[in-house]
Order: sequence, then C-alpha cells, then structure tokens
Amino acid sequence: MKKEKPIIELNDVKKIYRMGEVDVPALNGVSLKIKQGEFIAIMGPSGSGKSTLMNMVGCLDVPTEGKIFLDGKDISKMSESGLAQIRGKKIGFVFQKFNLLSTLTALENVTMPMMFQNVDENVRRKKGVELLNLVGLEKRSSHKPSELSGGQQQRVAIARSLANDPEVILADEPTGNLDTKTGRDIMVMLKKLHNDGKTIIMVTHDPDVGKHAKRIVLIKDGMVVSNHKE
Amino acid sequence: MISDYFSYAFKNLKHRKVRTWLTMIGIVIGIAAVVSIISLGQGLENMIIGQFEDMGADKITIMPGSSIFSAGMATIPLNQKDYDVIKRTRGIVNVAGMIYSSIRVEYKEESEYTFVIGMPLDPGSKRIFDSMQNFKLDYGRDLKDGDGNVIVVGSSVAKDDKIFERGVVLGSKITINGVDFKVIGVLETLGNEQDDRSVYINIERARDIFDNKDEFDVLFAQAKQGFDVSEVAEDLEKALRKSRDLKEGEEDFNVQTTEQLQESFGTIFSIVQWFLIGVASISIVVGGIGIMNTMYTSVLERTYDIGIMKAIGARNNDILTLFVIEAGTLGAVGGIIGVIVGGGFAKIIEIAAKNVLSVDLLKAHLSVELLVGAVLFSFIVGMASGALPAKQAASMKPVDALRYE
Repeated sequence: MKKEKPIIELNDVKKIYRMGEVDVPALNGVSLKIKQGEFIAIMGPSGSGKSTLMNMVGCLDVPTEGKIFLDGKDISKMSESGLAQIRGKKIGFVFQKFNLLSTLTALENVTMPMMFQNVDENVRRKKGVELLNLVGLEKRSSHKPSELSGGQQQRVAIARSLANDPEVILADEPTGNLDTKTGRDIMVMLKKLHNDGKTIIMVTHDPDVGKHAKRIVLIKDGMVVSNHKE
Repeated sequence: MISDYFSYAFKNLKHRKVRTWLTMIGIVIGIAAVVSIISLGQGLENMIIGQFEDMGADKITIMPGSSIFSAGMATIPLNQKDYDVIKRTRGIVNVAGMIYSSIRVEYKEESEYTFVIGMPLDPGSKRIFDSMQNFKLDYGRDLKDGDGNVIVVGSSVAKDDKIFERGVVLGSKITINGVDFKVIGVLETLGNEQDDRSVYINIERARDIFDNKDEFDVLFAQAKQGFDVSEVAEDLEKALRKSRDLKEGEEDFNVQTTEQLQESFGTIFSIVQWFLIGVASISIVVGGIGIMNTMYTSVLERTYDIGIMKAIGARNNDILTLFVIEAGTLGAVGGIIGVIVGGGFAKIIEIAAKNVLSVDLLKAHLSVELLVGAVLFSFIVGMASGALPAKQAASMKPVDALRYE
C-alpha cells in the first residue's frame, strides 16, 4: 500500500545562522528523500542540527541554500504565509511540550487548525469530536489543558495534528516530557497512524523511541552520517 | 470565521481579567464623558431653542452692547428715544421694554436677593409678552395697566424652602427697597430657575425703585404680519444707527430676530461642546495608548502561542486579525460600559436638574446614533491601538516564536 513517490525531498540543504560576525552552519548540505507512508526517525545528539532539520522538513523555516520539495513543490523560496498554508494542510505537528493553547478547551485546540483553513464551523466541530474519540478523550473535550495529564495533553495534540488530514505527521520528541508507560502509549498511537498510511517523521535523541521507526536517519554536525532501514 | 476570532479574543481577555479591566478604564471614562457631554449639551440646546421658539418667529430682540454675549458689560443703555425710533420703524407693530435688577427682597423676617422685573403694562406691550407665552398665571390675577404696589411672583417664590422658608401666599406683603407690595398672583412653573425665582411688578414702580428714568434693559419688537422679519430687523438696525449717530460696524446695541438668537446660541453651544469633547477625547487617547501597551505585553507573553498557531497553519494575516480584533474588543467593551455610565450620568443630571434646580425642561438627549456611534468609535480606537502590536505579532517567524520561553 506504500507508494514510492517521495513526499519530502531535501536537496543539498544548508542552513547558516549568523551570530554577530560569525556564520554558524547548522545544516551542512543535507540530502534526504522521505517517501509517502514511511515512518522515519531523525536522531542525533543535541546540537547536531536535528531541530533545524525538523524545522526545514516541517516548513517552519526556509534553507539558506539548497531546495526542499514537498509533494513535488519547491517550498524553499516561499513566503511565510504560503508556508503557513502548506503547513496547515499537509503537516501535523506533535511537540515535546504538547503546545496546546492554554485558554482553549481540548476540542477548541483540536479544531483550531481547521479554523485557519476556513473550514465551516459545523464540520470542524464534528471532525474535532471524531478525533477526540480516536484518541480516547471524548469525555475530556471541554477540559482546558491545565486540567489534563501530560499523556492526555499529548493525545489532544495528536488529535490536533490530524485535524486537516495531513499526509505527514512531524513529531518532535513526542515522548520527551512523558513517563515511560505513557510514552509507550503515545508511540503505539503513532504506529497506528503509520499503519493507517500516514507518513511519520519523528525527531528524537532516545534510541528506545527511535527503534519504533522503520528507518533511522542519524545526523551529526549538520550532516547525515547514516541512513538505514531496520 | 470572524466570529471565531471574536470568541478567541473574549477568551483571552477573560483569561487576564484584572489587566483587561484596568486597560478599559481609560476608554470607559473617555466614552462616558463624551456621551454625557453630547447628550446633555444636545438637551440643553433643545431646551433653549425651545424657549426661543416660544417667543415666536415674528419677534425682534434689541439689547444694549455689541453682541448678545456682552450682557453685563458696561454698555450704553437703550432709552425712551430708542424705543420711539423702533416704534416708528416700518413693519413694526408693537414694542415692549423691560427693566430688571437683582435686588434684596424682604418677606416676613427673611430677606433674599432675586430678580425684580419691571413689566410694561400698556395694552400694546402686554400683547407682545402674552404672545411670547412665557408667562402664564397659575392662580390669582395678572398685572394690569395702572397697577400700583402689587406684585406677581414666580412659582419658586410661592414654594416653601425655595427662596423663603415659607412660600409667599396671595394677599401677603413683600418689601422691595422699603416699598411694600401686595402679592396678587403666582405664575406657573416655567422650568427655568431664574424666571421662576423672579418677581414681576409694573415697570413704572420699578423705575422708582431702581432709580431708572427712561432706560431699558431689553426691548422686544413685533413685526407686522406679512413683513419679512429679517428685513424689518435690518431697517430697525439702520434706524437705530442713524438716531444714535453710529457708523455700520460700530453698533453699541444689537438686534436679533428669534432665528438669529437661536443661531447665535447654537454656535456658542457647539463651540463649548466641541471644546468639552476635545477635553474628554484626551481620556480616549490615553485609553487607546493603554490598550496599545497592554497589547504589546500580551503579544510578548503569547509569543510561544503565536509560534504554535503559525505551526498549525495560521498565516500572518490570521495572527494580525486575531490581535487587532482582541484590541478592538477591549475598546468596544470599554465603550459599552462607557455608554452605560455616561448615559446614566446624564440621566442623573437630568433628574438632579429637575429636583434640585427645578429645571424641568432639560432632557438628556440619548439618541441611538450617539450610543451606537460611541461604541463603534471605541471599537475603532481599540483596533487602531492594537494595529502596531498585532503587526509585531504577525511578523514573528514561527521558529523564533517557538524558541521563545
């Protein structure tokens, strides 16, 4: 059921940050193809450039040099608003710190990405309830994030990441702030999404978490040092 | 989708209750001040214009001094000669002159200052005053030609605890400058405290008391039917100029038709009103700066949230709209409270004017346009104040915003 067409392709991507007078390269020519339906883990020690890589893959930032293709489209020169539109539609984010909006309820958090895609309110609501059902939190829909446990918050975040039916789920240390058991539950959930056909890209430094992926990209000093399948 | 932005704005404002209230105070005070000034100003204008309308459009008022606003300044008074000139002017049917003075009036053991008005009682003059509808007798009898030491009093004079501890009654004695007057009539309440506190006597008696041989404080002329009132007024002015040997522009008197009087007061009113609104607007400007300050803080505080929203697909414009609407809501809610406070204050003044000052005719004019306009205006002030902070929020890069702790 997996198609061989790359959903994301990085072509000799460089990202250089200017710190005062000095140029600090964070990515030093990364080339990477991620096919639709893959489950890959980007791993590496802190400072290796994996966060920068995640930002590139997630269309949160554009490279200094090189090209990035998302679904065949060059996004490396796009404006911020253009990127926002693509992010909202094609990529679902799951963050280490859950990153729910504290003033909104679980349901409102889940439906917010649809608001930015101008989805009709009734459709939004229906889909939001469905997604909370999927992550087993239908009874918590009117709770604020502060009234939910870490595991529950991360499940709301996963539900939110699915709001616009994105092709790619980008998870940045999704279990980093959770205990081992809860973390395992979250991994089970991501695996299930992968089995349902979603492309999962996970950034982690934890080998135990990384081993759930079907492919591990190891990055060090801004370069891919190994890229192998399980 | 705009309703989503409003509901999100409300949630955020509720989340920061104390700061929201404090921020709104400036707008509340400013809008309340503007609403009460405009509604009361409009009410006051309506009241005075209404009183001029009672005078009738065919009346011409002649006063000493170069403008109606120079009353009380040293001026050359109008006298019997002027009266005769006016009377002879083409198109004039009647002239009536009045004199008045604030003077000590004694009743029983008490003595108070009030206006004593000398009324002309010849039939021609009387007709003018009667047609001006200002003075209606409540009970007793009116002054008539040839009356001597009798007096008609305004309604407040006859009421307890207004001027005198016990109100004046018919047949009792009032003493002015050592001359005794018998009370023969009481006027209906006019709703204008100065008139209601006044007492009215024959002009001949008043001349003795004021030691005033042939001068007038004000003259009213009535134009003949079929004549253009403003043309008659011009002729009258010309005739007076000639008799007083003055060049055009050097008048030491002024001639105003009812319409001109209304206009003069209208002009003065709008100047005063706009000045007061200007003062009140300072508070609105300060309120707007308060909103701007709060929004800057809020943008800074929510940098991380902005990062999250951008990550999940918010465009720069979405973020801009979100913050502008939040600031606008802050302004509009302040405006709504301000309208309620200002409207309430105007009503209190209206009631106080009625009960304390016996001014019945002052009605705070709270039009829908004023109330809706005030809220709309405060919404716009809020949005304008939020524009710069919102722009800052919108231009944040998602990666930077997400790095912010």
